[in-house]
Amino acid sequence: MTDITPATTAVIANTTGSNDRIRVDLQLIAEMVAPASRVLDIGCGDGELLAYLKRTKRVDGRGLELSNEGVRNCVAQGLPVMQGDADRDLKDYPDGAFDYAILSQTLQATQRPRDVLGELLRIGHKAIVSFPNFGHWRARFDLMFRGRMPQNPNLPIMWYETPNIHFCTVRDFVELCEELGVNIERSMVLNEYGSKVSLGSHSILANLFGNQGLFMLRR
Amino acid sequence: MLIAASTDQRRILPGHQIVLGETDRLRLDSGIEFGPFILAYQTYGTLNADKSNAILICHALTGDQYVADDVHPITGKEGWWREIVGPGKIVDTDKYYVICPNVIGGCMGSSGPKDTNPVTGKPWALDFPVVTIADMVRAQAMLIDHIGIDSLFAVIGGSMGGMQVLEWCKSYPDRVFAAAPIATSFRHSAQNIAFHEVGRQAVMADPDWCGGNYLQEGKKPARGLAVARMTAHITYLSEQALHRKFGRKLQNRGAITYSFDHDFQIESYLRHQGKAFVDRFDANSYLYITRAMDYFDLSVEYDGRLAEAFTGSKTRFCVISFSSDWCFTTAESRILAHALNAASCNVSCVEIESDKGHDAFLLDEPDFHMVLSGFITGAAESRGLK
Repeated sequence: MTDITPATTAVIANTTGSNDRIRVDLQLIAEMVAPASRVLDIGCGDGELLAYLKRTKRVDGRGLELSNEGVRNCVAQGLPVMQGDADRDLKDYPDGAFDYAILSQTLQATQRPRDVLGELLRIGHKAIVSFPNFGHWRARFDLMFRGRMPQNPNLPIMWYETPNIHFCTVRDFVELCEELGVNIERSMVLNEYGSKVSLGSHSILANLFGNQGLFMLRR
Repeated sequence: MLIAASTDQRRILPGHQIVLGETDRLRLDSGIEFGPFILAYQTYGTLNADKSNAILICHALTGDQYVADDVHPITGKEGWWREIVGPGKIVDTDKYYVICPNVIGGCMGSSGPKDTNPVTGKPWALDFPVVTIADMVRAQAMLIDHIGIDSLFAVIGGSMGGMQVLEWCKSYPDRVFAAAPIATSFRHSAQNIAFHEVGRQAVMADPDWCGGNYLQEGKKPARGLAVARMTAHITYLSEQALHRKFGRKLQNRGAITYSFDHDFQIESYLRHQGKAFVDRFDANSYLYITRAMDYFDLSVEYDGRLAEAFTGSKTRFCVISFSSDWCFTTAESRILAHALNAASCNVSCVEIESDKGHDAFLLDEPDFHMVLSGFITGAAESRGLK
């Protein structure tokens, strides 16, 4: 679950004038998390977000990560992370064990995104989910005019190798939330650099110009 | 008070030996009230003023208290975990106070079957009570009480040592801040019990075992114990490691000899391992300690619901396994980690890629060391240890 959006790692935010830098989209997620809360980061990669939340918000953070290398790097930093899979291993966590269950740029790589979403909201009082928006104009352009599967710096991997198997648009995601009776507490779309775009999130423009959707959900 | 008479060996062993259970006996799982008894232990580093920097290291089946000594008093080799424990090492003895006791039932100074039974004046042999992992841990807790430590900063151990770590976390959750069960399981598998039984039968089949009374008879079941060790040793290695190290290479000869001499290097190696083991280990101790491992199943008290063993635990766990370990597999570690998750525990679970088999936890494995180091450092920060 680590190397899905390598391009955004280049973009760094400078938060509150301090030297604490972190990927911009992770920064936006971190802003949604209340201090000293309990957080489960699913697909936590090398632990960038967890380490940041621990440093700046004193959260009690845990991680679940598919790659052995990611897990090793996290535990070597003193972060409590275990090797596991969003599709298979969320069922072991008790109900309401966390204030937030975070799934950043991973939903599209799961086998059953709908079930995973359900699990997030069972485990966490709130879920924070971000995913690449397939409704972005460039994706539409690639399909309509080039007749090719979309490929861009945020989705650099060819169709036959990509771990991303369940793409959706922002609008698709909103509809799934409605179907599941999930409340959308906050939502926004991000540009290709991971910064917030002021287009709301439910608008046609957001679905056309947002590179990623970022949602905070509550059951 | 007369206790199991000090043997000549016990007198020459460096480190501490303490008599415990003189007033409050050790209540064994078998129901026997045992004591007084001796625990031999080694310490490294200095206990800090608020007694918050103590790390208990639990040794494996054939290990002992000399975890970080320069020279082992019997074998003359380095301590078994010098890679990990020592000044400036991962378990930094400049920073932490390390305690490593020999398990009860053992043969390196703690009370065991080769000691003298005070009632008969003869060696205990098979009259020594059967001990369990929980009994070993209860005895260790008495030692920790004696030293005056309420809460251990960490309990760390591999293999049978990892079983003791888990038992500590279950029995004394408030006394363990951080726990690293390594290359271990919450239960001994049927396959592992099977191998242990082969080992025990090899010992018992040796005529020099004398029904367990070999000390009295002035004999030593060296062949049986060596075979037990050879069998066990194979299970500690992986097929790849054996192939890499030995392959089909011949031992000091150009061709096979059409005999039962040790033609192959692997045969020679195993014979050496068996022989070296016999020089340092007591055969009856081997029976008792393998039995303790066989009996270990942390979930049995909870009708198989392992998570209940850890309900409410505040301990932070780091469960580590090795990819080529077929004694204690990653699959077993994952069952443990899932149970810890289900109990809302703070748990890390890491599989280290290694082709060195079960013994990898004793060897130079940089990824393993990186993970253990990160875990201990992170826990020390949370504990406020400087």
